[in-house]
Amino acid sequence: MKVLVCISHVPDTTAKINFTSDQKAFDKNGVSFVINPYDEFGLTRAVWLQEKQGATVTVVNVGTAETEPTLRKALAIGANDAVRINAEPTDGFFVAKQIAHLVKENNYDLVIAGRESIDYNGTQVPGMLAAMLDWPFVNACVGLEVNGDQAEVVREIDGGKEKSVVPLPAIIAGQKGLVEEKDLKIPNMRGIMQARSKPLNVIEPVEADLRTESVHFEKPAPKGDCKMIEPDNVEELVNLLHNEAKVI
Amino acid sequence: MSVLAYIETWEGKFKKTSFETAAYASHVAKALGTDAIAVVLNATDDPAQLGQYGIKKVYRASDAGDFNNYVWTNTIVAAAKEASAKGIVISGTFGGKMIGGLAAVKFDASLITNISEKPTSTDPLVVRRSAFSSKGFVDYQVKSERFILSIIPNGIGVSAAEEASAEVVDLNVVSDHAPAIQVKDVDRVKGKIPLPEAEMVVSAGRGMKDPSNWNLIEDLAEALGASTACSKPVSDMGWRPHSEHVGQTGIAINPNLYIAIGISGAIQHLAGVSASNKIVVINTDPEAPFFKAADYGIVGDAFDVVPKLTEAIKAHKANQ
Repeated sequence: MKVLVCISHVPDTTAKINFTSDQKAFDKNGVSFVINPYDEFGLTRAVWLQEKQGATVTVVNVGTAETEPTLRKALAIGANDAVRINAEPTDGFFVAKQIAHLVKENNYDLVIAGRESIDYNGTQVPGMLAAMLDWPFVNACVGLEVNGDQAEVVREIDGGKEKSVVPLPAIIAGQKGLVEEKDLKIPNMRGIMQARSKPLNVIEPVEADLRTESVHFEKPAPKGDCKMIEPDNVEELVNLLHNEAKVI
Repeated sequence: MSVLAYIETWEGKFKKTSFETAAYASHVAKALGTDAIAVVLNATDDPAQLGQYGIKKVYRASDAGDFNNYVWTNTIVAAAKEASAKGIVISGTFGGKMIGGLAAVKFDASLITNISEKPTSTDPLVVRRSAFSSKGFVDYQVKSERFILSIIPNGIGVSAAEEASAEVVDLNVVSDHAPAIQVKDVDRVKGKIPLPEAEMVVSAGRGMKDPSNWNLIEDLAEALGASTACSKPVSDMGWRPHSEHVGQTGIAINPNLYIAIGISGAIQHLAGVSASNKIVVINTDPEAPFFKAADYGIVGDAFDVVPKLTEAIKAHKANQ
């Protein structure tokens, strides 16, 4: 079984987000980057499939050379090899197109991605990738077992969960639940040493038409002061919520 | 030309988010000088009522069976093509997210997700969306002939209904060329509003000390008619189900009112809730970072403040 895990290279969860002075781009200055947290759940599940069911795990990122430390970290966690598609990603369609091309050339049985990246929160790539390949697509996946040529999946639905069986190959967009937070794999020293000599192949992008263009970046307006209410005067809070905030 | 709203149903009934997509499609259609239409699958509610949200015509597909995202997407796209739609409006529900990416490829369209405002401009079409886990906005310009806009549930108020009835026409379900997905089991909590759609949310964290104390939270939520949520540590410890976890790796919500009890307000938690209209924070620690992101705050013990607040809400409701 060949598993491909899509890895986004994103600002650390605690990073302060700033934009360039012309408000045309995200300002990467002073920001440290990590594996997208949603992708980590999928990567850990893939490494589990490698350990228990003999899968080989490839990780892929669409990005410039600066994303390689993130891919090396994924190798240290346990992926067998990595592919970097050498391009500055412009939008979800561009990224999906690149990964679809890679998948068509390599016969993967399963592709796992995060349900969204924590930078652009697009929730676009896995679904687009599925449609480009005509493969089944399961979003917000919180449970994944592989049995021969099919996958048993649990996905989050509005207000509940749905269990289904999908034929492989398939695209899974995962989140917490695919593995538990406490079971997330953290690279150990041996993994980090091994990662240095694992293959990281760089390939060039294919053409994709520009579907959307980011034209302006802006931070939310700063929040006003918090109005403090005495703990023995909750009636005042109810009054403010009703008359001032008009939310109850 | 037209703009098509996708109307989601649950057990045949229109979801609240469907009125939001209908109203948003009507707004975009008006701005583009064209009509808003809609498509619905498996509805028992009468599609004609969507006329109240500005929809002129509804394509109704019946007997579509269990949810299959390919069948649904292909049917929606068939309606869009039949009506020569320029764009489709969907909601960013879990159901909508199963469809958006597929539809963008099948409809050959620009996809913009996470939208909580009306378009910034219509010629060219530029739409503002939330990004960086609510720490920024990005304006995107549509570069394709066609577009799909996915709006955040609860993000855009539904404008006042007008007295009108939509024309209803039948549409065939497009079930060929879809992967064979077998749905085995659907487990949905009855009578509970899905968190992303809830107008009011009462959320609690480790400050509640033990899961057995959650009755205080549930009582307050019930008095308000709110849904309940929790912080990441609480879901990680198994005190509450994962589906209640709001924050960066959980669910992002933007209710009209968010009440956070015993939650310190780590940056990862704020990422999932800071888009809420009004935020109330109740915490024993006056230095809790959450107060900086709040509109109203009480420094106090939840075990003392929350029951009193529940009674005050009940008294307020009784006087309405």
